[in-house]
Order: sequence, then C-alpha cells, then structure tokens
Amino acid sequence: MSALAPEARRRSRLGWNLLGLLVFLTAGFPVYWMLNTALKPAKDAIDPDPSLLPTGITLDNFSRALDIADFWGPVARSLVVSLSVVAIGVVVGMLAALAISRFAFRGRKIVIVGILAVQMVPLVAMIIPVFLLLNDLKQYDRLTGLIITYLTFILPFTVWTLRGFIVNIPKELEEAAMVDGCSRTSAFLRVVFPLLAPGMVATSVYGFIQAWNEYLYALMLLSQKHQTATVWLGNFTTKHGTEYAPMMAGSTMMAVPIVVLFLLVQRKMAAGLTAGAVKG
Amino acid sequence: MTAADTTTPAKVPPPRPAPPPSLPRRPGVKRTSGGAATPWLLLAPCLLILALVLGYPLVRLVTLSFQKYGQPQLWGFQPAESVGFGNFTKVLGDGEFWAVVLRTIVFAAGCVIFTMVAGMLIALLLQRVSGWVKTLVNIALVASWGMPIIVATTVFKWLFDADYGILNALLSKLPGVEMIGHNWFASGPQGLAVIMLLVVWGAVPFVVITLSAGLTQVPAELEEAARLDGAGAWGVFRYVTLPILKPVIVMLTTLSVIWDMGVFPQVFVMRNGHPEAEFQLLTTYSYDRAFVVNDYAQGSAIALLTVVLLLGVVAVYMRQMLKIGEVE
Repeated sequence: MSALAPEARRRSRLGWNLLGLLVFLTAGFPVYWMLNTALKPAKDAIDPDPSLLPTGITLDNFSRALDIADFWGPVARSLVVSLSVVAIGVVVGMLAALAISRFAFRGRKIVIVGILAVQMVPLVAMIIPVFLLLNDLKQYDRLTGLIITYLTFILPFTVWTLRGFIVNIPKELEEAAMVDGCSRTSAFLRVVFPLLAPGMVATSVYGFIQAWNEYLYALMLLSQKHQTATVWLGNFTTKHGTEYAPMMAGSTMMAVPIVVLFLLVQRKMAAGLTAGAVKG
Repeated sequence: MTAADTTTPAKVPPPRPAPPPSLPRRPGVKRTSGGAATPWLLLAPCLLILALVLGYPLVRLVTLSFQKYGQPQLWGFQPAESVGFGNFTKVLGDGEFWAVVLRTIVFAAGCVIFTMVAGMLIALLLQRVSGWVKTLVNIALVASWGMPIIVATTVFKWLFDADYGILNALLSKLPGVEMIGHNWFASGPQGLAVIMLLVVWGAVPFVVITLSAGLTQVPAELEEAARLDGAGAWGVFRYVTLPILKPVIVMLTTLSVIWDMGVFPQVFVMRNGHPEAEFQLLTTYSYDRAFVVNDYAQGSAIALLTVVLLLGVVAVYMRQMLKIGEVE
C-alpha cells in the first residue's frame, strides 16, 4: 500500500469507483425501468426509440392496472394467507426452536438435521402430491388449503431462524433469573422473550414476504376466481398481447411495499442467515 | 494501525473468532431439570404439521411414482394400481428426458458459476470503492434482492420485449446493429440465457452481502503479511482470502445449486405458462407431465429423480453445516 504514490492511489480509487457505479447502474436498471415505464404516458411506453429519462409523469397506468382485473380481492386473499401462515409459523416455530436450542434430549440432532434437510426439498417437486392431498381433503381452491401448504416452507425456515436468534441470547441470563426464584417459564417470558422480540419481528416479516411472493402453489391450488396477488400480475398478458405500461404499474404496486418491508428487516435477517457461516 | 497493534507478539489469528471465554458451552451437559418429555411436547405441534404437509406428500411422491395414476384415478373412477418400476423405465428410456436433464444441469451450473463469480467480484470491489459508491451499490442490490420473483420476471419480459423492449432499442443504437424486432425467446438457448441473467440478477445480492460479511472477518494482518512476503493481489486472494472464506463459499454454492435446480416461475411466466420443448427444465418438465399430459405418476417419477439428483449436493451442505458447528 505505502509503496503507491498518493496520486496513483487516488487514480486507482477513481477507477474502482467508476466500476462500482457501473455495478450500481446495471443492478438498479430493471427497477428503474419498471418505475419509469409505470409513470410514463402509455403511448410513450410503446415508442420504438424510448427515452431513457422520464417523459412526464402520469398515474393513468395505475388506474388502468386497477381496472383490468379486481386488484383488492387478490390483495386481501394474499394478506389473509400470508398473515395466517406467519402467525401459525411463529407460534409453532417458536416452541420448536426453544426445544432444539435450550434443551438437551435424545434425538435432538436428528430433529435439527431433519429441519435443515426438509428446507432443501425443492417445492416444485412436491406440487403433485400436495395437489392430490388437498384434493382428497376437499381443500382444493380454499385459502385454508393454501395456508397449510405454505407452512411446508415457512415453518422449517422459522424454526431455524428463531433458533439462531435464541442461541445468541446467553443462557446465563435465564439461569440467573431462575436462581432468583423464577420458574423456567417465567424466566423465559421475562428475560428471553423481550430480547427475542426484534428477531421474532424480523423473522415474521421475512416469512410474510416469502408467503406473499409465492407463485406456483397459489397458481395451482386456487382457481382463477380466488387468485392471489402474485397470480393477479398474469392478467396483463392475454391472447391479444401484453399491456406493458399498466403491467409495470401493477408490478410497482406489488413490489414497492414488499421492497420497503424487505429493507426494514434485511440487515437483521442477513446477519441471522449467515450467522452460522462466519461465527465460530 | 497503532503501534500497540504492530508490537503484539506475532501470532496467527484464528480464522474465526473463538467463543468468548465467559460463556463456556458444554453441549453434552444436560441443561434442564425438567422432564425429558418437555422438549418433545414443545416440538410436537411443529412435527405434526410437518408430518402432514411435508412427510405425507413426500411418501405419496414415492408411492405415486410406482403407480399408474392419471385422470381416471384422480376422479376415483379407477383404483391406482402398482406398476413397479414402469414409470422409471419409461422416463429413463426417453431421449427427451435426458435432453432435459442435460439442459437443467448446464442451466443451473451457468447460474451458479455466474452468481458466485459476479458476487465475489462485486464483494471485493465494494472493499475498494468510496463510502458513497458502496452505499449506492448496496441500495441497488437490496432493492433487486427484495423484488418478488414474479415482478422481476415480468420486468425482464418487458426489458427483452422484441418490439418495444429497451434492450433491443439500446443495442440498435450501436453502429451496424439492428435488433428491433429481435425475439429473444425464438430459440431455447438464447431464451434460457435471458432467464439465466434474470436468475443471476436476483441471486447476486445475497451472495455479495454474505461474502462482504465474510470478508470483514479476514484479518488485515494476514493480508499484510502475505503482501510483505511478496504476494501480489492474486496471491493474497488465492492463499489468504479464499481459504478463510471457504466455508461461506461452500455454503453459498450448495444453496445456489439447490435453488437454481429448482427454478420454475421464471421459465413458466416468461413463456406465458406454456414453456416450449426447448425451454423445459426438470421442474417444468415434471409439471408438464403431471398437469398438462395428466400423467401424475410420471410427473412424480421425474420430480423424485430430481430430488435424488440433488441429494449429493444437500449432503455436502449438511456436512458443511456440521463442520462449522452450526449443528451441534
């Protein structure tokens, strides 16, 4: 480092910065182009020589997107499904995470390996038996059926992530509370639970995003009449072509709330997801 | 670097920080005075749900693939009868299946390699840029990471549109290039390359952010020592950075393989719900057999073969998790 003259270093810093800006433009362009198309007048969107800069701002595409097919119905259904899945997932997952992180018992390792392994089963591979199972249970085209199905991927994920957060809370805190006369349960409720709350919120939000974004099961297990928000986005492509500008407006409506939620929890989740890899 | 730092006796820092000595962990020691039943009671609801929604379908997937199961069996007009390995011999004897397997492997390998290389390069780049550039890149990365896959796919469909897509318009601005009207999805390889780009674009942020976290764990003293010993930038990377990051890289690679072998909505939505033969990957092929041809048994056999194909990768992942002590 010190061998380099200051100007040489500054020049190489400039080069790296230019490269970094290039990465910024490339990675950010699809997002920018979605917003740009959504906000420009529909006639400018089908210009063979489109302008890279905004050509005037209009909300027409958004109202067109809302007209094309019922938007709030799918959104309400997605909300019901995602919130139910997260509520069940966090309560059930919390109990399981406590068991594998705070108790020593025979078979613990097998349970842990099992929970890790089931996360590796590709969801797509399961669609056929899940479809037949829901068909047998008379749960095809029911939101309850979709909710149970989503637990297949939300639950193992929740258990594993919550476990990561619990492991990081020193056991000594609980033990101190128990020495002071708390029962195991009240030690948990008074000491661990408050410390765990931020992690639980982050896990819930992340689980919510995953459930909200799911596409294949929502498409397969619900009829057109009961479609969810992700499937709704398919309404812009018909036999007669695609209405791109309203479709980008629809995409924006779908993406912005999710990206904002994601921004809120991203830091915490990234730390949680990779804790295992960088921690000793 | 302060003088105190440089004068400490030379010792090789451990690659990962050891757990603080104040918290001795003795996993073998029984931690609870409660009954042995308590953990199982806590686990019971979770295990019950997983047995219903995951265990049962997995078993069903296996049994289905040994049965004859089509439309009549679905409606209950005919009982499902066992056909032994019939479905498998039919699938494995089909040239198209092998073409799909090869295509899937090439596609997934491409996705994984590009994701890991681009992720590594960007993570290294982020160490060298100014603070404000780093912030900008991070914003773009997190925004693209947070985009729902369906939205990202829809946006890419628009970017690559034959007539009004921005990409063709920009390429046509180059001298001698006329791309307006070029259909990127007319041929399988080109269309899959676009889908690969979409997958890589969505997967790179997680890799960059994880690797950046890993890079902060690389002790600066070690890099300095290697540099003093005459190592160039590549040497430092190859002999210092890479070995320390290895556990993270193995984990990211195995996860990427599993995710990229499972790519479905990207292909499905890009091809408007009907991927052509040239676009079929194992996932869409299994779906196609089951829900388009209505041969649920053959679809299951293909899905099962996909899972078996992935088992080796999962094993590597699990071993790594055991090795880094995450599972104790």
